[in-house]
Amino acid sequence: MSDHHQHPAHAAGDEHDGHHGGHDDHHAHADHGSLKSYMTGFLLAIILTVIPFWLVMGKVFDKSSTTGLILLGFAAVQIVVHMVYFLHMNTRSEGGWSMLALIFTVMLVVIMLSGSLWVMYHLNHNMMPGMMPDMHNMP
Amino acid sequence: MQDHIDLTKLIFGRLSWDAIPFHEPILLATFIAVGVGGLGVFSAVTYFRLWGTLWRDWFTSIDHKRIGIMYIVLGLVMLLRGFADALMMRAQQAFAFGDSAGFLPPHHYDQIFTAHGVIMIFFVAMPLVTGLMNYVVPLQIGARDVAFPFLNNFSFWMTTFGAALVMLSLFVGEFARTGWLAYPPLSGILSSPDVGVDYYIWSLQIAGVGTLLSGINLLATIVKMRAPGMSMMKMPVFTWTALCTNVLIVAAFPVLTAVLGMLSMDRMLGTNFFTNDMGGNAMMYVNLIWIWGHPEVYILILPAFGIFSEVVSTFCSKRLFGYTSMVYATVVITILSYLVWLHHFFTMGSGASVNSFFGITTMIISIPTGAKIFNWLFTMYRGRIRFELPMLWTIGFMITFVIGGMTGVLLAVPPADFVLHNSLFLIAHFHNVIIGGVLFGMFAGINYWFPKAFGYKLDTYWGRWSFWLWTIGFYVAFMPLYVLGLMGVTRRLSHFEDPSLQIWFQIAAFGAVLIALGIAAFIVQLVVSYLRRDSLRDFTGDPWGGRTLEWSTSSPPPAYNFAFTPRVYDNDAWADMKSNNYIRPLQDFVAIHMPKNTGAGFIIAALSAVCGFALIWQMWLLAGVGFVAMMAAIIIHTFNYNRDYHIPADEVVRTEGERTRLLGSHV
Amino acid sequence: MSKTITFTNEAVSAVSSSRYHVREHHPENGTLLGFWLYLMSDCLIFACLFATYAVLGRNYAAGPTGAELFDLPLVALNTSLLLLSSITYGFAMLEMQRQRLRSTLIWLAVTGLFGACFIGIELYEFAHLIHEGAGPQRSGFLTSFFALVGTHGLHVSFGIVWLVTLMFQLGRHGLSSENRRRLMCLSMFWHFLDLVWIGVFTFVYLMGVLP
Repeated sequence: MSDHHQHPAHAAGDEHDGHHGGHDDHHAHADHGSLKSYMTGFLLAIILTVIPFWLVMGKVFDKSSTTGLILLGFAAVQIVVHMVYFLHMNTRSEGGWSMLALIFTVMLVVIMLSGSLWVMYHLNHNMMPGMMPDMHNMP
Repeated sequence: MQDHIDLTKLIFGRLSWDAIPFHEPILLATFIAVGVGGLGVFSAVTYFRLWGTLWRDWFTSIDHKRIGIMYIVLGLVMLLRGFADALMMRAQQAFAFGDSAGFLPPHHYDQIFTAHGVIMIFFVAMPLVTGLMNYVVPLQIGARDVAFPFLNNFSFWMTTFGAALVMLSLFVGEFARTGWLAYPPLSGILSSPDVGVDYYIWSLQIAGVGTLLSGINLLATIVKMRAPGMSMMKMPVFTWTALCTNVLIVAAFPVLTAVLGMLSMDRMLGTNFFTNDMGGNAMMYVNLIWIWGHPEVYILILPAFGIFSEVVSTFCSKRLFGYTSMVYATVVITILSYLVWLHHFFTMGSGASVNSFFGITTMIISIPTGAKIFNWLFTMYRGRIRFELPMLWTIGFMITFVIGGMTGVLLAVPPADFVLHNSLFLIAHFHNVIIGGVLFGMFAGINYWFPKAFGYKLDTYWGRWSFWLWTIGFYVAFMPLYVLGLMGVTRRLSHFEDPSLQIWFQIAAFGAVLIALGIAAFIVQLVVSYLRRDSLRDFTGDPWGGRTLEWSTSSPPPAYNFAFTPRVYDNDAWADMKSNNYIRPLQDFVAIHMPKNTGAGFIIAALSAVCGFALIWQMWLLAGVGFVAMMAAIIIHTFNYNRDYHIPADEVVRTEGERTRLLGSHV
Repeated sequence: MSKTITFTNEAVSAVSSSRYHVREHHPENGTLLGFWLYLMSDCLIFACLFATYAVLGRNYAAGPTGAELFDLPLVALNTSLLLLSSITYGFAMLEMQRQRLRSTLIWLAVTGLFGACFIGIELYEFAHLIHEGAGPQRSGFLTSFFALVGTHGLHVSFGIVWLVTLMFQLGRHGLSSENRRRLMCLSMFWHFLDLVWIGVFTFVYLMGVLP
């Protein structure tokens, strides 16, 4: 594999520099992006931001629930856009461990959010019945 | 005049001479004893001129082996404090019936059971587990250190300073009186305005940072630094369990950080996360803290399972039965541990549908654990079992943990839990699994890897005393608690009216005394082993006929672990090498690249502890200064690009030559 | 230079021992993976804060609501500033790949400026809310709002401190491999914060204004 250590110790910050520079770039971060990919991501992000703001500020839909769902949808898509175009997320980086860590984390976030909402809804309903749904009127 | 008063408040906050418990005899006596003992240790270290060595070779060390040993020392020292709390509780509960109020007023008793829980979980079990993983994992995967050696040192000091804050609360101010999880609204500013809960919060926040970073460190180590040829399915089982444990750490500890942060904001800033009015919701705290809390107990037990796998296969001289199913079981446990947390608060009122879901998931999670037990038993079947100390602890675990696990499945049934929640049955259950599982696992691991770390085995005679006293003591101390729990006795009580209960508490107290003797026997074991070390010496580096790579090194291993990184072809890599007549390389040694020791970790951690102390006592000036100093120390450290050196080839030649001579003279 | 000591010749041992060891092993650097794992843990802290906001977000305690308080045009401005800072950091990374230290530093400075503006506007917003009596102590809704948005702001602030520090270190050591790693870590951090902001402006501000 490598055979560079024929020289004495030198400034650690620059160790492996000339020799391993290529190496590191090779397996450390397969994708660094290009101007084109950054601009694509940027434009997509702008569109995916402007539309939600317009939907709410322009009061486009009557029902809050419809608007809410659409907003969440746009957020989810924009998150993926950020992941792909800015964070260069792919299945190859760090031998697939980055993706695995991300999937595991997303799974946990989903469990935590949905689990907490489900549990807290039931707890509030059973244990503080007078409090729902008009919480905002209670001092 | 007004300015002068404000300045005092700015500097000293609410700290005053009242904070020191001059009027509490038990505390004062402890203070004096600790002071005298501490002074003795200090003087001895000074007399023998050990400060230099201590600082240069241990405190500033980034060697995973040294750090691992320091973690274990911390855990064992804190075990003494945590167990002292236990003895006091047992004594109080054995005496305090009817007219007798016992010797601990509730104000005091409540701090003791809180401190007992916090110390045992965060400052005994976690450090012991982290210490063993730190020591063993890099050796098992054929690496020279962990992925981030400096971070490792820093993590250790964060944990230690967290422990220091808890210990300080004994003498300066007081500790929380809320139980080890500090539920609001009891832990809120209205019900607990004193410093106790703040000590709790900041010591755990500081220690929590250390643990999280350690989790990231070991994860990156296992992923990135395995020896060539060691694919995932060729890793030792202990490394697999360490991997899953560290996944749990990285996934769970952020939740603890966030929740404690929110509690501290409620207390310090008057926010309304968990208040009773103004839109707060105290039940959310319970929900979030147990989202952390359940994975936490799996963080404690999974490494113990890994230890048992190594011990069983070594002392039955057999490959572990069902390696693949062991791996799958561990991964399944890791994922499922996130789906059961509500079983800690079935009774809080989430209703039948929610309770049923979590009850079922809780029962499901016992299945992979059961699979592991069967695998260990099948490994033992038709093996040539050697009943060395690690194996004794393992067998003790298998019986004890299974009983505890079964009571856990009983508690998983919500209707049963409605009767038994927060009774002594629950206390008996979790001590059953933690002592039988985690603690026995730690003792098995300590006895197993001690010769590797120090070059000589632990004395068997005193080890057996320790084992039997611990095991019998455990049953005598906790079986009565199952009975009491079934009879309806609630936890955390310091006084009882019904005299018919007393006999059970007295039996339990006797059990605690047996355990105390077991701890004493362990200390004697350490001392005697040191004195007899020449006759207990491990010359080969492989005193037990081990199967994994750490046994291929000398005992203790050199700083660089392996002169040449091993190449792996099969599971149980060392067993594979031995069976293929492996011969140790004797020439062509090269210089080895190693990281340097540094004091930066100690300094940054110390500054964070200063900041924590200042926040506890509302000494805002000191808090601000401490925080700025800490940030400055961190930034200055990042300007240090000169963190490595090379061990010259000559030195490697000399070290390896020494080992060759040692091996040759003790064939 | 490596030194060789000649022991008794064992041709067989030379074969079998070299099968079981690697002469020089350079383990892959774990910094980027380690930092990614840290970001995953940070993600979970934010998830906790989002969950708390989800539970407490409508607990107005007879106080002001999101619809009454949120200044959406200001939020839109802040969102664009943060998004711009993300793209300018991207440009910095492109310059880094082209080994152009000066350009890298310039784009980093622009990023830092955008970040500082973001924080400035956020501080203004917070001060305004507190002045209106809608501080974090007012209700469960406002508590969880300030905690979530404030934690994000704290992260951005730390990012700016890190960015400035890194600029000094680039000045000292140039685009060494260590500094490149640090730039890549900060890049991940910065984009991650923009990602969290998507959640904040959607879930807190936009949905908070809906009846």
